[in-house]
Amino acid sequence: MIAEAGLEALWLAAALALAQLLFAVVAVRSQPEWSDAVRAVAVLQGLLTLFAFLMLIAVFARTDLSVALVAENSHSAKPLIYKLAGAWGNHEGSMLLWVTVLAMSGATLAAFSRRVVERTLIAALGAQGALALGFHAFLLFASNPFARLSPAPAEGRGLNPLLQDPGLAFHPPTLYVGYVGLSVAFSLAVGALLAGDVDQRLARAMRPWALGAWIFLTLGITAGSYWAYYELGWGGWWFWDPVENASLMPWLAATALLHSVGVLAARGALKAWTMMLAMIAFAMSMVGTFLVRSGILTSVHAFAVDPQRGTFILILLTLYTGLAFALFAWRTASLKEGAPFELVSRESGLVINNLLLCVILGIVFFGTLYPLFAEAATGEKLSVGPPYFDSVAGPIALLLAALVGIGPLLSWRRQSAPFARKLAVPSLAAATVLVTTIILAPDMRLLPRFGLAVATALAIASLLPLTGRNFLRVPLATWGMAVAHFGVAVSLAGMASDSAFTRERLVAAKPGDTLQVGPWSIQLHGLAPTAGPNWTAIEAELRASRGRGVEVLKPQTRYFTDPPTETNEAAILTRLNGQLYTVIGKPTGDGSWQVRLWWKPFVTFIWLGGALIALGGVLALAGRAFKGWRPFRRQERYA
Amino acid sequence: MSRALRFLPLALLGIILAAMVWRLANPGDSVVRSKLAGKAVPAFSLPAAIAGKPALGSALLATGQPRLLNFFASWCVPCIGEAPVLDQLKRRGVAIDGIAIRDRPEDVADFLARNGDPYQRVGSDTDSRVQLALGSSGVPESFVIDGRGIIRYQHVGPIEHDQIPLILAELDKAK
Repeated sequence: MIAEAGLEALWLAAALALAQLLFAVVAVRSQPEWSDAVRAVAVLQGLLTLFAFLMLIAVFARTDLSVALVAENSHSAKPLIYKLAGAWGNHEGSMLLWVTVLAMSGATLAAFSRRVVERTLIAALGAQGALALGFHAFLLFASNPFARLSPAPAEGRGLNPLLQDPGLAFHPPTLYVGYVGLSVAFSLAVGALLAGDVDQRLARAMRPWALGAWIFLTLGITAGSYWAYYELGWGGWWFWDPVENASLMPWLAATALLHSVGVLAARGALKAWTMMLAMIAFAMSMVGTFLVRSGILTSVHAFAVDPQRGTFILILLTLYTGLAFALFAWRTASLKEGAPFELVSRESGLVINNLLLCVILGIVFFGTLYPLFAEAATGEKLSVGPPYFDSVAGPIALLLAALVGIGPLLSWRRQSAPFARKLAVPSLAAATVLVTTIILAPDMRLLPRFGLAVATALAIASLLPLTGRNFLRVPLATWGMAVAHFGVAVSLAGMASDSAFTRERLVAAKPGDTLQVGPWSIQLHGLAPTAGPNWTAIEAELRASRGRGVEVLKPQTRYFTDPPTETNEAAILTRLNGQLYTVIGKPTGDGSWQVRLWWKPFVTFIWLGGALIALGGVLALAGRAFKGWRPFRRQERYA
Repeated sequence: MSRALRFLPLALLGIILAAMVWRLANPGDSVVRSKLAGKAVPAFSLPAAIAGKPALGSALLATGQPRLLNFFASWCVPCIGEAPVLDQLKRRGVAIDGIAIRDRPEDVADFLARNGDPYQRVGSDTDSRVQLALGSSGVPESFVIDGRGIIRYQHVGPIEHDQIPLILAELDKAK
């Protein structure tokens, strides 16, 4: 019954999405009195979809094995938290989550948005209805989560312990909220172009959505990177895998959007550009979903791949992005750009930020899809590896990070007062770091060397907008900007430190041997077999010490029987100044074992920085939501 | 904004979508018939990719028994996925030689230590010259070479688990 109720709700919601689209067309074209109906339908559609999602959670909580999806992905012996997470840990459930977030975003927009021109809002809700309709259709025709299984099996098949990991339970939904949150920016852009009202009010309405989605994307990517780092046992934190790139591309576009929408909100400039970015950001989300679900690119991530579903998503992607870009081509001719600005100004700083972000986006996009283009054009098959991304995107990202320190110090429209003086301290600090590293570590590669210098300069420069002011009166949004930019510096420092100072040992060791890596001396105390539900493992006991106290680490090599795979479970010891990362490998035959040890100074800064960037976003969002928090200042000085 | 600029996004989108449609319509086919099949391996001689492992030359491929020649690189992510499959082939008695493409000795050593070393010999092809001579364009890629040093089969992309029988059959045919 529960499953049927969910399915009914979905059908009803799909019908309402169609109604939302049609009513919006009527309201925008001729009869504005239909506007209230559009709003009501949008809210109802959101609630019905949410109801369907809750029903799916319910069948998973009860482990109703007559539902095919539950039988395939769950098991009565699973802990409750993983039963619930199982609801979205599969294709159908995750697409229902996608649609739920989409519909709830539309409902929120309908219920609470008062900032934007009515006609634009209704047109945007129409666009949101059209998006929802397509994805509802995808759900109902190509991936029904509520399909029944008859007869019901006695037990479910989903007891894969690899997937029972808190990281995996919350990483995908976080990314999804980010992906789909961008749909509102997309719809608002479409609505504004249709209604012909691209103005500052629109930008202020769009900003919280862009910001909110961006926060979730930032958290999702940061968590995903850490998960790959500790789970895959390669000691790396980013692999330029197509699936990773699929989440990075919307983030890059959203970051650019976030900054350009600020220019539009404050100065009424960059209208066409901001609309384009809003469209690209959500298009990138759909491209990401398509790449992941269609399996057209080779990835180390294994997903249930289905070309049929890939085709469906590609049709939706073509339809929505194609129509939006056509609308852009057709309507932007009539857009009047707002206030002009001079070469040295906050606006041009943000334009450069946007250009660099888009160049990086282009590099990642091109690198990810190049194998596809190359094969389509010449029949050649090839793969693009990290050397391309690192060497092409790395320097540009570094340049961008350096400019992040300068941009916020510029004033809007025209920089009249000289600002070079403000840059003296950061530049001096960067120069000091450069000289120090050249003297102390002459062999360091160029990218990490400059990375450390830029991180130092940025860490100082990012705090400059807060100096010389009463901290309590600094707008929360300015705090947010400073914290986020500081986070970029922290993360960059972690990346540079990891790539420059990591100490690595790979040795064959016999039990009793003591090994040195960085400041640590580590004894291979012994090895013992151990077992889990569907794996057996060899577990090593390592005793690590750097002076006083002994820490015990227990890395494992696990052997799974079905399918026959072997995974390395790294054991990691976290200290304030870095992580000790240990992996146990194969026996070498003469009684010794391969032991792999890394000492990674300050590697945790990478994810700490990511968290700070997201925190900055939260502060900025809170600052916009609670205007009363900065009572003495009406003008937005720092956006 | 100029007309051309306004339509640019739409045009770019068209190209990208066309490539995606093409891919969906022509699902990736990892079995490619090489033009070199039936020809002798071009003469080459490569230095050893890592210390302690013998170097590789074309003459060493003609040993009287069929061999598998595998192109890989430490920077190639699909190669990591292929490593366990090569390991299985090795366990089934397949003689495998490797050529590391555009790689550094320490990275190759790293890669082999981490993912297993199925190779009898590993040559280092730092500028892809041998790779191109064999008509290979990417990594990973594998060739079945018979006992007289003749290329019998070319496999583009990683050998998947379920393709092990296919490779074994090709090796059998090359006997």
